Amino acid sequence: MDKYQTFEYDVVIIGAGGAGLRAAIEASAQGAKTALVCKSLLGKAHTVMAEGGVAAALANVDSRDNWQVHFRDTIKGGKFLNQWRMAQIHAQEAPQRVRELEQWGAVFDRTRDGRMLQRNFGGHTYPRLAHVGDRTGLEMIRTLQDQGVHQGIDVHMECTIRSILKDGEQVAGCFGYQRESGRFVIFRAKAVVLATGGIGRCWEVSSNSWEYTADGHAMAMWAGADLIDMEFVQFHPTGMVWPPSVKGTLITEGVRGEGGVLLNSEGKRFMFDNVPEMFQGEFADTEDESNRWVNAVVSGDIPDARRPPELLTRDVVARAIRKEVRAGRGSPHGGVFLDIASRRSAEKIKKKLPSMYHQFKELADVDITTDPMEVGPTCHYMMGGVRVDPETQQSTVSGLFAAGEVGGGMHGSNRLGGNSLSDLLVFGKRAGQFAAKHAQETATLGDINDDEIQRQANELLKPFDESGNENPYAVHEDLRSMMQNLVGIVRTDEDLRAALGQLDELRARAAQVRVGGNIQFNPGWHLALDLKNMLDISESVTRAALERTESRGAHTREDHPGSNDKWGKVNCIVRQRGSNIEVERELLPQMPDELKKLLQE
Amino acid sequence: MVEQAMLQIYRGDNESGMMVDYTVPVAPGMVVLDAVHTVQATQAPDLAVRWNCKAGKCGSCGGEVNGKPRLMCMDRMDNYPNGKPITIRPMKSFPVLKDLVCDVSWNYEVNKKIPSIKIRDTGNEDPRFSQDEADRVQEFRKCIECFLCQNVCHVLREHDKKEEFGGPRFFVRVAGLEMHPLDEGNRLDLLKNELGLGYCNITKCCTEVCPEKIAVTDNAIIPLKERVVDEFYDPVKKLFRVLLSK
Repeated sequence: MDKYQTFEYDVVIIGAGGAGLRAAIEASAQGAKTALVCKSLLGKAHTVMAEGGVAAALANVDSRDNWQVHFRDTIKGGKFLNQWRMAQIHAQEAPQRVRELEQWGAVFDRTRDGRMLQRNFGGHTYPRLAHVGDRTGLEMIRTLQDQGVHQGIDVHMECTIRSILKDGEQVAGCFGYQRESGRFVIFRAKAVVLATGGIGRCWEVSSNSWEYTADGHAMAMWAGADLIDMEFVQFHPTGMVWPPSVKGTLITEGVRGEGGVLLNSEGKRFMFDNVPEMFQGEFADTEDESNRWVNAVVSGDIPDARRPPELLTRDVVARAIRKEVRAGRGSPHGGVFLDIASRRSAEKIKKKLPSMYHQFKELADVDITTDPMEVGPTCHYMMGGVRVDPETQQSTVSGLFAAGEVGGGMHGSNRLGGNSLSDLLVFGKRAGQFAAKHAQETATLGDINDDEIQRQANELLKPFDESGNENPYAVHEDLRSMMQNLVGIVRTDEDLRAALGQLDELRARAAQVRVGGNIQFNPGWHLALDLKNMLDISESVTRAALERTESRGAHTREDHPGSNDKWGKVNCIVRQRGSNIEVERELLPQMPDELKKLLQE
Repeated sequence: MVEQAMLQIYRGDNESGMMVDYTVPVAPGMVVLDAVHTVQATQAPDLAVRWNCKAGKCGSCGGEVNGKPRLMCMDRMDNYPNGKPITIRPMKSFPVLKDLVCDVSWNYEVNKKIPSIKIRDTGNEDPRFSQDEADRVQEFRKCIECFLCQNVCHVLREHDKKEEFGGPRFFVRVAGLEMHPLDEGNRLDLLKNELGLGYCNITKCCTEVCPEKIAVTDNAIIPLKERVVDEFYDPVKKLFRVLLSK
């Protein structure tokens, strides 16, 4: 199609966060002609906001750590719903991937004997997160960016991909527009890697940036790929709650890793009363014991006490905070208190949590070295995503790969902090490697159907039609508040059914969206188009949540409290059939006995 | 009654444009970027602005607020006097693409001139260095690439020496490589010839504007200048070079 700018590559990677960059580095190292396409400027992707650290069983701080323990923690954190093979590969390969970053120039914080320092985090048995203060993501993305820059990767910045193109059953490329000029662009490719991140912009209180509009999830589904575990959306327990400007902005779990405690309005550490049965006996029973743990960790010793209950998994902590607030024991602005000031010296807080200090000082007029923070849950991470082969990251569509947050299965029903940065390195590398291999084994580029391109182009320009009367920002805001209210942390059959009804209404409004101005860098137009992804993926989440009549990990059903063994063996698979979005149940792959044994230890 | 803020925002491109007035309600803790987003959502959906993290971590939303280079996401509305309009313009040293969005691609081209780090081979042993050594380069690695330092540097802003000069951002980057405890590379020729370090006459505008509080001039540029001087202008070394080149 001569009408539109067209590029030809072996491998096109969509998204330039950690997963996309790592995939691009690998694909290009394998000799594939590689393009990296991203919606923002290079280096601004969501990975840059990751704070606490990257989980890898390096055993630098506690020599008892190994991949087996990391595997066990990950599966327990995911409440046994993880794809076991992904969790195994992840735990085994994460140390190698992190060491590799050091070889590429990353500078992590150090232990006293000069090795990479590792910090404690929720759900990890041992201090496991290599980190750089509270800006680990920035360090990782810059390291990958600088490593990639001399590898001959073509970077297409500020370019939004809207669809995956297929030739028969095989991926033939993708189609989108340049944000700056508004012009359409076709990428022909033998393999496409989705590394588009998450879907957090579907919720009102969110730690996610404008980019997290479910692009990759939706494009995969539209292209016929299976999605898995879509009911599991992680609400991080600690987002800012005040002032409104920063509601939802993330506060790293590292605050609790460094000894921070959660208090209700009565000054009580309520997490002691919220240890679930499966973690009984693994956490400190008393403040005294948990203080001993903190003191040991602070002085770099191996603790003889059990860890504080503030370091339970995120799903547990988020629910406990919600419970306190509902019971009227919340902070003035509807959160609870997170206190590090009384636990660590001002100097240490500024050293280990510099951006938290800065963020509260500048944006909330709170000095965290003297006063507690007010915190509450914020939509943070999507466990569900494109169903992939654990070894290759290929989706159920030939030539379409996925890595990082857009991929599903690795984290089961709840992700442990730190496992996302390691996930994107381990599976980003694999996706790049196997996408390159797929391209090498594919003789020619697939054909592009001109009529189909023209149809899609017309569809994309529809918001400029004079007929509509809806404001895209208003529709988006209503979607976010609906999802927050009806498909949030705690769900019911009634709410979820109501959500489906409201999604229909919102879809009808989205079809009437009108934007002014022209196609050049027009955020209103961009948002108008993104509504489609967000509506379809919101429906996927809602339908999967309706299907799973139990509570597990991040999915809590008020009308079905408690987990159920039968559901513990089942994943929900979401597919598009015609114009319907359907959910089917599938049995989890059988875990080999030697891995099962690890879980019992 | 809800307090209102008056804004004057640049609308247009590199060739032509104008300041357009908007009025938005002010909420507690509001930052300039919130005000711009309110305009976008309610009055001008096609108003172009870059942003991502909204927490001072990604460096996307640099602009000039009342003439001062700022990250709009960290710039509180209550820092500005009531009842007076707040002007918001794109960064001056780069071509305007549209409204508040500039073409910063030149920076990415400069970055390509800087070769990858050369890490000392430590064999099968994990590399070791102290936290003090890490601290020194971590300061430089904090840079979020907002390009505000590039925007205010007079070598770029007034003299537009984009061909010959790399700018403070990239001196910070090179300092991060040069002082990396495991680095074995030599970038002095690059600094002198490709990145034009000599053009900098240490006015410290970059240091003042850095939202990450990196001591750009004192900790990055001056030590690099010293290294370049030692390498190229040390009389003993110069003599050796002359003798060896014969």
